[in-house]
Amino acid sequence: MGIEIEQPCVELSNVAVSETHGENSPYFAGWKAYDENPYDEFTNPSGVIQMGLAENQVSFDLIEKYLEEHPEEASTWGNGASGFRENALFQDYHGLKTFRTAMASFMEQVRGGRAKFDPQRIVLTAGATAANELLTFILANPGDALLVPTPYYPGFDRDLRWRTGVNIVPINCDSSNNFQITPEALEASYKDAEAMNFKVRGVLITNPSNPLGITIPREVLEEILDFVTRKNIHLVSDEIYSGSVFSSSEFTSVAEILEARENRNAERVHIVYSLSKDLGLPGFRVGTIYSYNDKVVTTARRMSSFTLISSQTQHLLASMLSDERFTESYMETNRERLRKRYQMIIEGLRSAGIECLNGNAGLFCWMNMSPLLEKPTREGELELWNTILLQVKLNISPGSSCHCSEPGWFRVCFANMSEHTLEIALQRIRDFMARIRTETETESA
Amino acid sequence: MRVIVPLQGVVQGTGGLFWGSVIPCALFYFLQLLFKTKSNKTRRHHPPSPSPSPSPSNHNHHSTLHRSLSPTPRHATASAYVSPRANSITTATSPYYFAFSDDPYHQTLNPQGVIQLSLYQNTLSLDLIQDWIHHNGTDSMLGKPLSLSRILPYQPLDGLVELKLAVARFMSHILEKPVSFNPSRMVLTAGATSAIEILTFCLADHGNTFLVPTPLSPGFDGVVKWRAGVEIVPVPCRSTDDFNLSITSLERTFNQAKKRGHKVRGIIITNPSNPAGKLLNRETQLDLLDFAREKNIHIISNEMFAGSSYGDEEFVSMAEIMEAEDHDRDRVHLVFGLSNELSVPGLKAGVIYSYNDNVVAASSKLARFSTVSAPTQRLLISMLSDTSFVQKFIEGNRQRLRKMYDTFVAGLKQLGIECSSSSGGFCCWADMSRFICSYNEKGELELWDRLLNVAKINATPGSSCHCIEPGWFRFCFATLTEKDVSVVMERIRRISDATK
Repeated sequence: MGIEIEQPCVELSNVAVSETHGENSPYFAGWKAYDENPYDEFTNPSGVIQMGLAENQVSFDLIEKYLEEHPEEASTWGNGASGFRENALFQDYHGLKTFRTAMASFMEQVRGGRAKFDPQRIVLTAGATAANELLTFILANPGDALLVPTPYYPGFDRDLRWRTGVNIVPINCDSSNNFQITPEALEASYKDAEAMNFKVRGVLITNPSNPLGITIPREVLEEILDFVTRKNIHLVSDEIYSGSVFSSSEFTSVAEILEARENRNAERVHIVYSLSKDLGLPGFRVGTIYSYNDKVVTTARRMSSFTLISSQTQHLLASMLSDERFTESYMETNRERLRKRYQMIIEGLRSAGIECLNGNAGLFCWMNMSPLLEKPTREGELELWNTILLQVKLNISPGSSCHCSEPGWFRVCFANMSEHTLEIALQRIRDFMARIRTETETESA
Repeated sequence: MRVIVPLQGVVQGTGGLFWGSVIPCALFYFLQLLFKTKSNKTRRHHPPSPSPSPSPSNHNHHSTLHRSLSPTPRHATASAYVSPRANSITTATSPYYFAFSDDPYHQTLNPQGVIQLSLYQNTLSLDLIQDWIHHNGTDSMLGKPLSLSRILPYQPLDGLVELKLAVARFMSHILEKPVSFNPSRMVLTAGATSAIEILTFCLADHGNTFLVPTPLSPGFDGVVKWRAGVEIVPVPCRSTDDFNLSITSLERTFNQAKKRGHKVRGIIITNPSNPAGKLLNRETQLDLLDFAREKNIHIISNEMFAGSSYGDEEFVSMAEIMEAEDHDRDRVHLVFGLSNELSVPGLKAGVIYSYNDNVVAASSKLARFSTVSAPTQRLLISMLSDTSFVQKFIEGNRQRLRKMYDTFVAGLKQLGIECSSSSGGFCCWADMSRFICSYNEKGELELWDRLLNVAKINATPGSSCHCIEPGWFRFCFATLTEKDVSVVMERIRRISDATK
């Protein structure tokens, strides 16, 4: 029998075969489990409840109501022939002026008017995911590093590193001071990067933080700004949850600090924003980069050619975002509803004997289950996570996926479900904790 | 007053937008638009840069000044380090001189203005789209009754399954053949340009090379080079072959590239090609496939204008070729442009179609950086599924393109200008070498300048398309009316008469 000559396999790129997309990590494995057995109130009440998706559905009805009452907004691409033509053909990476202006004014509103945004500095991207990657491409070279405080959004490992070839060096934060970023931690992280021979290009913070669900205090922001100025590097402030702070006065944007400093050294600062979290419109894919650096604005704008928002979507949202009465009332109601949900989950967990970080923002809470760990290690945490996934049938995000330095913390999302579902989830947790207590008591008996 | 600004790269790249190419688009279409903003009044050699408000800005050399926001990149403080990737965009390496004009032609309002013929776009059938959208747009997007759960929450980042199904049917329609497309091989992206970039990231590493037949669409290099870092080695096509791709030329180029140490990862073909408008016939595509197999490289077939083929010969998609192949398909990848086919670039929707499972998997994950808005996807699902509309549109569009092409080419012929025979796309590829003083790139650019200043026509010189024979120009005709065409011919006559 003849020996078959194997057809040489055509090669793919390093990017294609790399695992940097991270989709084999537990963060995403939980999603798979959910996809295979998703909870449904009526058809599958014993299914897995998705508590790993930071999506805001609590104020969905407000958007619906607005669109029902303003059907002309939805009329595709404006009325009349010229309106249609100009939008249909429009693919200018500058974005529709009306939309950029609306975004700028909305961003101002979210910050209670405490900072001003120039529509000319707004670069539009298809989602904040694209915005973060784009900024990384612009601010750093392959092999360079960005410093990111831990714990951080697991998606950053992919978004900031995969195609860009840039490294993330953690700024380690821990529970001793409620995971605040300290000047010591900043310096230590910079030294770590140097020790690994990485050129540090910038610091990327998320404010309010994901997964912590807390706003960064003004003094800390000032310290961070001073640090990046001293080191002569950039600062990217991902503020996609800025409108999801339960009480608006508790949020300080880096924009406010820059204004107070009269924009001194502002050319190193860039803000990322999106409508996905605050307005609950993740399906629309609307993100933006706001940069105080002209060159970055110009470059980002051109690079945004790879990730444009359709003119139709821009047009659809422009009127809604400029309607200050609507956005004002939406923001107020949304904050209140999120706060209530947060209360509900905190109290529910507390009654089950679980404490959380004292949060004030976001679509999730940062839960401390370290007392339950068999071993205070990453493995111990993953074991517990697995138990919760398979037995309790809840998909929550383990702190290790967020690079948390202390095992046992979990991020639990509460805004992507109905109150009823949240109640079910809390009940399951209560039952689980009760089981554990009984088991422990039996063992020690 | 006209300001000429040298900008790197594209004007209307691979049918998508690039480097601010659309500014003139808006200018030339709608006088009532307020797009004649700062972007027109740029300094020479500098890309448009916004000045922050309320900064008084301007040159800031003094380090103690508070306002460190400088509008001039050249004066950006050292602290604003930006990677070479960003820098490569702001310096002109292969300048394509682009005329921003304060004086755009308008049939009635400004008949002496500059006629824009370098924008690769099609407005001939916009009325058909507008009509459909007027009747169905809102409902298709928002649902009737209002059903926002289909568009508000997170959707699969590589595109809705329903849209993939609709695209499969639509593409079969365009090809007018029973070629079946498997939706699970599809990845939807925010435009065809982005689809090409994503494929590039999957098939080649930084510093590798793709072979691409020339002349090619200006700025195409930017798409594969800018972030993915892949070089293009041109495979020259000649007028003697009527700018058809010759496998001999491909073979020669490949060998030369290898000798020079290039790692060739694949070939990118555009079918119909831009600017020459050539269709790749079945035989050539089969030869290409053999070639790729022999050298063990990839083929990307960019078919984003498949629906805009209007020639007498049949359009053969690589998909049709692949239907008959049952092995070694892993190296073939297609790109379609939904917004291009429908001549609605504002929609920004493109498709990657790959026969390689790993490439599909990787692209699906990469598509998250380049997603299509859910309301736009819903609109497309409705539109593409409306078979009678699709039929009417494709037929009507093809007819109108054909008519305009015939008219334009006939007009040029009367002036003694020959064109390569195009079978698709939005432009014709004309031999203007008779009118150039010195038979080289300099002479060609000089003619371009004359066309702009004397004939007041902005066309694309062949050198921007990497054409190796000087004197060829791309004239985009798909945004004109028949009356405009006579005006264009009369203007070109100014040049042809002067040369006699």
